[in-house]
Amino acid sequence: MTDPLLRVEDLHVEIAGRGGTVRALDGVDLTLAPGEALGIVGESGCGKTMTALSVLGLLPPGGRVTGGRILFDGTDLAAAPERVLRGIRGNTVGMVFQDPLTSLNPTVTLGAQVAEPLLLHRKVSRAEAWAKAEETLRLVGLPRPAERLRHYPHQLSGGMRQRVAIAMALICEPRLLIADEPTTALDVTTQHQILELLDELRTRLGMALILVTHDLGVIARRVDRVAVMYGGRIAERAPVRPLFAAPRHRYTQALFAALPDAATDAGRPLATVPGLPPSLTSRPTGCRFAPRCGFATDLCRAAEPELTDGLDGAAPADTAHAVACFHPADPAAGDPAAALLPPHPAGEAREPGTAGTLGNTGEPLLRLAGLSKTYPLHASPFARRGPGARGREISAVAGVSLTVRRGETFGIVGESGCGKSTLGRMVVGLEPPTAGSVHFAGRDLATLTKRELRAHRRRVQLMFQDSSAAMDPRMRVGAVLREPLVIQGIGDRAEQRRRVAGLLDDVGLPRGAVDRYPHEFSGGQRQRLGLARALALSPALVVADEPVSALDVSVQAQILNLMRALQREKGIGYLFISHDLAVVRHLADSVGVMYLGKLVETGPARQVFARPLHPYTRGLLDSANTPDPDAPPPVSPLGGETPSAAAPPSGCRFRTRCPRAAGLCATTEPPPTEPETPGHRVACHFPLTSAGSRGLSSG
Amino acid sequence: MTIPALDAVGAGPPDAAPAVPGPARRALAALTRNKLALAGALVLLALFAFCFLGPLLHPTDQIHTDLAQAGRAPGVGHPLGTTDLGYDQLGRLMYGGRTSLEVGLAAGLLATLLGTVYGAVAGYCGGWVDAVLMRITDAALAIPALFLLVVVATLITPSKPVLILIIASVAWLSPARLIRGEALALRSRDYLHAMRLMGGGGGRAVFRHIVPNAVGTVLVNATFQVADAILYVAYLSFLGLSVPPPAADWGSLLSAGITYTQVGHWWLIFPPGLAIVLVVAAFNCLGDGLRDAFDVRPAKG
Repeated sequence: MTDPLLRVEDLHVEIAGRGGTVRALDGVDLTLAPGEALGIVGESGCGKTMTALSVLGLLPPGGRVTGGRILFDGTDLAAAPERVLRGIRGNTVGMVFQDPLTSLNPTVTLGAQVAEPLLLHRKVSRAEAWAKAEETLRLVGLPRPAERLRHYPHQLSGGMRQRVAIAMALICEPRLLIADEPTTALDVTTQHQILELLDELRTRLGMALILVTHDLGVIARRVDRVAVMYGGRIAERAPVRPLFAAPRHRYTQALFAALPDAATDAGRPLATVPGLPPSLTSRPTGCRFAPRCGFATDLCRAAEPELTDGLDGAAPADTAHAVACFHPADPAAGDPAAALLPPHPAGEAREPGTAGTLGNTGEPLLRLAGLSKTYPLHASPFARRGPGARGREISAVAGVSLTVRRGETFGIVGESGCGKSTLGRMVVGLEPPTAGSVHFAGRDLATLTKRELRAHRRRVQLMFQDSSAAMDPRMRVGAVLREPLVIQGIGDRAEQRRRVAGLLDDVGLPRGAVDRYPHEFSGGQRQRLGLARALALSPALVVADEPVSALDVSVQAQILNLMRALQREKGIGYLFISHDLAVVRHLADSVGVMYLGKLVETGPARQVFARPLHPYTRGLLDSANTPDPDAPPPVSPLGGETPSAAAPPSGCRFRTRCPRAAGLCATTEPPPTEPETPGHRVACHFPLTSAGSRGLSSG
Repeated sequence: MTIPALDAVGAGPPDAAPAVPGPARRALAALTRNKLALAGALVLLALFAFCFLGPLLHPTDQIHTDLAQAGRAPGVGHPLGTTDLGYDQLGRLMYGGRTSLEVGLAAGLLATLLGTVYGAVAGYCGGWVDAVLMRITDAALAIPALFLLVVVATLITPSKPVLILIIASVAWLSPARLIRGEALALRSRDYLHAMRLMGGGGGRAVFRHIVPNAVGTVLVNATFQVADAILYVAYLSFLGLSVPPPAADWGSLLSAGITYTQVGHWWLIFPPGLAIVLVVAAFNCLGDGLRDAFDVRPAKG
């Protein structure tokens, strides 16, 4: 093998903060050959971003490298002065950040921003730099680059902005590109396009890539080697195929097992990793994962395992499958999903095969009929309301009809901006619908009196995506959980206290939590509190708006299992809104797919996912990143971008991105039909039925 | 994932650590760490002690004039000399300080209270309620405060309660606007949505959620309001529109002393002037410190 381009040796990084010094990185070793792609995965707080940032000397305030070397092309970047680092950043090492919204300057044209690194690092004229910027923008697949040079970031969509950010990182033709969660803020279909682009550019330009992500699915088909980080150290390092085929570290195994994709049998609870990642303020003794590991022995709690390939105890080769574990799994064990975790002492009761059968038998609880919501584009009372201004409105939800039965989980999937959250807000009554009706238990909500509406609130509750924002930061948990009971006047003080204690038991939090503030809890614990509060009034329906999308995989599994267990116990119905297909697939009995305010397909979850009828559903499923390096590349990934909801396409709203669109689609809106099985509805002129799927394979 | 990388690091298991004190105590702790604020608080404490406890150590007659003692320079028996009417200047400073501090504090707090509720209601209700309420404050702000004070003070004979009401009636405008902005931001928070979904109404929203969450802004503003109110009292009484003699306050002491600057009676000017500067500066320091204390957002990191 050639000399490595980047060699990180025993890197230690400390961040001094108010709460003490955090040992963010504690002895990280990495190598990267020219042109190689390395994936760094791990949950939040494991140090993966710090590793990437320290390469460029971009540690946050208070952070500094306290030991080790970062050799890039022979230069030690850890010891290099700022001047040297400035010459490297954006020049030989490019960086793409997570949020394309904040990494571009809104007041500078795209051309100037993309050309800036070139003007800084090379002796070129402005005209040359702009010409090169145009070329780079074309390279990253921005349509009409010459015209775009003079545009501003706000004129582009999120996906296009990320392309521009990539162009900025690439214009100096770096030898190494560091991409820190480059697709996390993007939709599935856009995510797929950006990852494809990175892949293609890497082979074309021969640069090395470090892809930092929390998503195992993202790296599966994109990198050569993977480093799994945990608690500021590398837990496992291996070429991608052996790692995905047979993860050896118990943490990696647990991560795989917690993926909703792993449990295709929707009835089974997900394997969870109990507990939380370690706090890095004090140096733990022994293996960092030991407190959460089912295989931990006294040895694990006493000594810290070194990274080894298990052959001879010598330092492992760069390309070997190395693991820092005293009791690694047998490499011959095979399928990671089958390598089940041992039963945890505090594990949830496992009742395989009982869930998912409750649905469809219950009476209808929630019925939406032609529900629509439009927002005027000019909300100001002084805006012109003349005839010319009329019709300037955003159609967020356009005629959605669906039924949720008692005790059932109805999943709503769709990309951002498809109106799924607005739909949820209308169901709970936070927003009045512009047209259509919401019937709950047979009554139209619009006909309820104020008093009845207040009483109705008990029966539908909302679980928020970000529970920390949904709880008054100045209230203790006890007051937060009691508030719904106080408002609804349920019970006296003592009874409310008892109820709160019961709720905390239900969601698996200690009763002592009542005296604490919401911010003292971790993300997953806060989500448990959010669920507890939603259940305080014993609702019949809980609308859960992206309840797990801000959580790490292992914690996400805990919440999903909890939601399911409580549903079984209390017979609650869920309207589960999410962009994550795997999560919805795991939890939902029925599913509805939304695109640009329309429900394009509904039906039993199993059928919709196994045999999608709408081309959009097909495209979504194809774009999803399955955590399998050998998964076949998608047949028909979705191209293009979602049009603006302010000017939705005529006829079928999906036609602009549809591979099967015909003249009819532009003129007539497709009515919902049930071409195959009853209950599986699709709104498409040319559904992907078994009879009419001739054009599919070629698409 | 929008959670910063350090999120999981800071959050320990909540059953392990001891109970965390409430926001009030955290703010107090942060305040005592801030040297400037602590100094401000100590100066205020000293000034209050001077005005309210000082007469116990240095009893003087502040009711009857004593022309035999008039216009004496500082010396034995009269550490700060005497006024043109023979009052002991040190005692007068304490006596007048009571009026200044009492009126200033009461007017500042009243204005803050009024403004907070007004602004919170306007901000939470939004729409036309907000528009109407805010146009009223805009209109009131357009009238020069001092001019208004002078007009009102000439129409009504000032006494302490009257002064308090007059000053509060112009001073509530700025906290009202401030808290309205805060309430506008707070009302779109998810926890207010959550409360509405539980069936809660406007009263609960304003008094249980918006005001407590704006309390940092309110408190900081209150200290500046009190400082402003003390200055207003001084302005008014300097113009002779204050409590009638023999009562006095720092402003009227200045006003009385200004006549004698030409003859070198510096003790009539500097002590009250210094007292005013000191109290206003101390309140401002305290306010700055409070602002820093409330900026400490424990939710992050």
